Amino acid sequence: MSERKIRVVVAKPGLDGHDRGAKVVARALRDAGMEVIYTGLRQTPESIVETAIQEDADAIGVSILSGAHEHYFREIIKLLKEKNAEDIIVFGGGVIPEDDVPGLLEMGVGAVFGPGTPTQTCIEWLEKAVAEKRK
Amino acid sequence: MFNKEELEKIKEGTKKYEEKVQKALQKFAERKPEFKTGGGLPLERLYTPEHLEGHSYVEDLGFPGQYPFTRGVQPTMYRGRFWTMRQYAGFATAAESNARYRYLLEQGQTGLSVAFDLPTQIGYDSDHPMAQGEVGKVGVAIDSLADMEVLFDGIPLDKVSTSMTINAPASVLLSMYIAVGEKQGVSMDKLSGTIQNDILKEYIARGTYIFPPKPSMRLITDIFEFCSTHVPKWNTISISGYHIREAGATAVQEVAFTLADGLAYVEAAVSKGLDPNVFGRRLSFFFNAHNDFIEEIAKFRAARRLWAKLMKERFGVTDPKALMLRFHTQTAGSTLTAQQPENNIVRVAIQALAAVLGGTQSLHTNSFDEALALPTEKSVGIALRTQQIIAYESGVANTVDPLAGSYAIESLTNEIEKQALEYINKIDEMGGMLRAIENGYVQQQIQDAAYNYQKAVESGEAVVVGVNRFTVDEQGEKRELLKVDPKVGENQVKALQEMKSRRDGEAVRRALEVVREAARDESRNLMPAIIEAVKVYATEGEICGVLREEFGEYQENIVL
Repeated sequence: MSERKIRVVVAKPGLDGHDRGAKVVARALRDAGMEVIYTGLRQTPESIVETAIQEDADAIGVSILSGAHEHYFREIIKLLKEKNAEDIIVFGGGVIPEDDVPGLLEMGVGAVFGPGTPTQTCIEWLEKAVAEKRK
Repeated sequence: MFNKEELEKIKEGTKKYEEKVQKALQKFAERKPEFKTGGGLPLERLYTPEHLEGHSYVEDLGFPGQYPFTRGVQPTMYRGRFWTMRQYAGFATAAESNARYRYLLEQGQTGLSVAFDLPTQIGYDSDHPMAQGEVGKVGVAIDSLADMEVLFDGIPLDKVSTSMTINAPASVLLSMYIAVGEKQGVSMDKLSGTIQNDILKEYIARGTYIFPPKPSMRLITDIFEFCSTHVPKWNTISISGYHIREAGATAVQEVAFTLADGLAYVEAAVSKGLDPNVFGRRLSFFFNAHNDFIEEIAKFRAARRLWAKLMKERFGVTDPKALMLRFHTQTAGSTLTAQQPENNIVRVAIQALAAVLGGTQSLHTNSFDEALALPTEKSVGIALRTQQIIAYESGVANTVDPLAGSYAIESLTNEIEKQALEYINKIDEMGGMLRAIENGYVQQQIQDAAYNYQKAVESGEAVVVGVNRFTVDEQGEKRELLKVDPKVGENQVKALQEMKSRRDGEAVRRALEVVREAARDESRNLMPAIIEAVKVYATEGEICGVLREEFGEYQENIVL
C-alpha cells in the first residue's frame, strides 16, 4: 500500500509565547518528509482539535513552556474523545517537570520530549507510532 | 594605535609565525578546520595590533562616561557602585511573590524585578476563559490595584527601584505602581524603575502582544511623554534583545534587531514632537549574556558604541545621557540544560562574568533548575550568590573595562558593530523595522539561526556538555522543584470577585468611559485616564478590554 505522508499539527496552546522549540520541531518534521501544519500562538484546545480533524492529521505535537501543560493536555485529549478522534496521536514537549510526565502519559499523551531531546528522537518515535496506528 | 614602524615589524613577525604554524600543522592539525564564535563569526588563530590598524583609541574607545561610551557609561564604573543585582521573580499570588521579594531584599538584592503571569501580560483578568490554567504560573497574577497593594506591602517604593516585565499593558501596570506609591506617600517624581514596554520584540520573539503596531506605538510614546514630565526617574522602555537571542538569534542579530527596534521608537517619538535629548535619557536596553565569553563582552561594547553613534548621527542628540546605552542583562535561559542541571551554575557564572566585563548596569543570573521548572528559593539564592562572588571576590569590578585593548576583544567589537550596522541599513532599505517585522524578515532570520544551531547540536558540531557529550544516565534522580499550588487560579478568581463587589461600580464605569474617549482622541495622552481608572479599582482586563475594542487586536504573521 502506498503510504500517505504523515500529517502533524504542531500547536502552541494558551498564552505562552515561547515558540522557538515548536518552530524548530515543525521544521525538522517537515525536513523529515512529513506534512506539518503550525498553528501559531494563542490557540485554544478547541481550535487545535478542530484543526487536527479538519486537516486529517495523524498527530498533534503540543509545545508548552508556561507550566500549564496539565490543563492543556487534559483538555485536548478530552475533546479528541468527544469528537471520536482519539486515534489522533498526542505528544508534546517544553518545560515539563519529570514528575509530571507519568501523569501525562496516563492521561493518554503518547510521549513527552524534554529540553535537549534531538529532533531525530522525536521523528523516529512519531514514525513508529503512526505506523503502529495505521496497521 | 601603533606607529608605522612598529606595525611593519609586527607584520613581519606575523609572517614568520604563520610559516612556523603551517609547518607544525602538517604534523599536528588543529581541533577544527575553522573556528567560529558561538554566533558564527570567524575567529582568527591570533589577533595582533595588525587587526586594529586604522583604529583610533580616542575616537573608537575614548574614556568611560564619554562618547562613544565603548568603555562604559560611568566614569568610575563599578569602583563607584556595583551593578544592580536584580533577580526576576514572581509567581502565584501577590502575597507569595511579596514574600519572595522580601527574602531577596534580605539576602542583599538591590532592586526588584517583577514577573507577571501570562494573563496579566496579555491584558486578561484571572477569570477570563483564556486565563484558565495559566493564572500565577510564570509570574504573579495582578488583576487590580488591590493585588498591587499586596505585592509591594512593606516595601518602600522610594527606596527600591522596580523593574516590571510588562509590555502591551505597560501603561496600566505603571499606573498601578504610581497609585501604590501615592498610597505610601511617595509621589511619582520619586519613583524609580523600569517598564519593559517594548512591543516590537513581542511581535518578533516573545509573543505577549495585544494591539496592532500603530496604537501600540502610541501607547509607548504616550508613556515617554507622560514620564518625561511626571516620572522623570523612570526608565520608560527596556528595548530588549534578550528574547530575540533566546529565540535563536546570533550575537550580531541581537545587537542589530534591538537597536533597529530602538530606532523605530525614537522615530515614532520624534514624529510626535518629543525631544530625543529629553526622552532619550530614559531609554534603557536589555541584553542576553550567552555562552561565548569573548564574543559576548565584545557585543556589549559594540552595542554601546553603535547606539551612541546612531543617536548622534541620525537624531542630532547632544545630551550625553541621551547618547549612552544603559542596559540590564540576563544570563541565557536557552543555554540551561535539563541534563545534569548543576552544571548550569557554572554556565551562569561565566555568562554573568561576561556581562560584568561588558559593563552592564544591572544583572539577573538564572537559577540552575530553570530548564525544569520555576526556581526554588535555594536555587535563586545560589544565582544571587554568583553575582556577589563576581562583585566581591573576583576583582574584575575594581578597574574600569579591564579587557579593553585586547586585540581579540577590540577586533570582535569592531566586527560586531560593522555587521550589526549592515543589518540596520538593510532594514532601513526595507522601510524600517515595522515593515521588516510585518514582512517576516526579522522572524525568518532568527528562525534560520535557531534551526542551524539545532542541527549543529545534533551533528555534534556544537557541543553541549551533558546533552550531546559527557552524558550520564540520570533516570530516577530526585530533584526538588517548585510547584505552584493548583488552587492559585481558583483563589485569585475568588479574590477578584470579592474586590469587584466592594468597589464603586459607577465610578469604574465612568472611569472606563474616560479611557475610551482618550483612546479615540489621538491628541490626548492616555496615561492620566488610565491612572484614574486603576485608582477606582478598574481591573487590568477591563481597561485592556476597552482598548481592545477601540484598537483591535494584532494577528500573528506566522513564519516557518
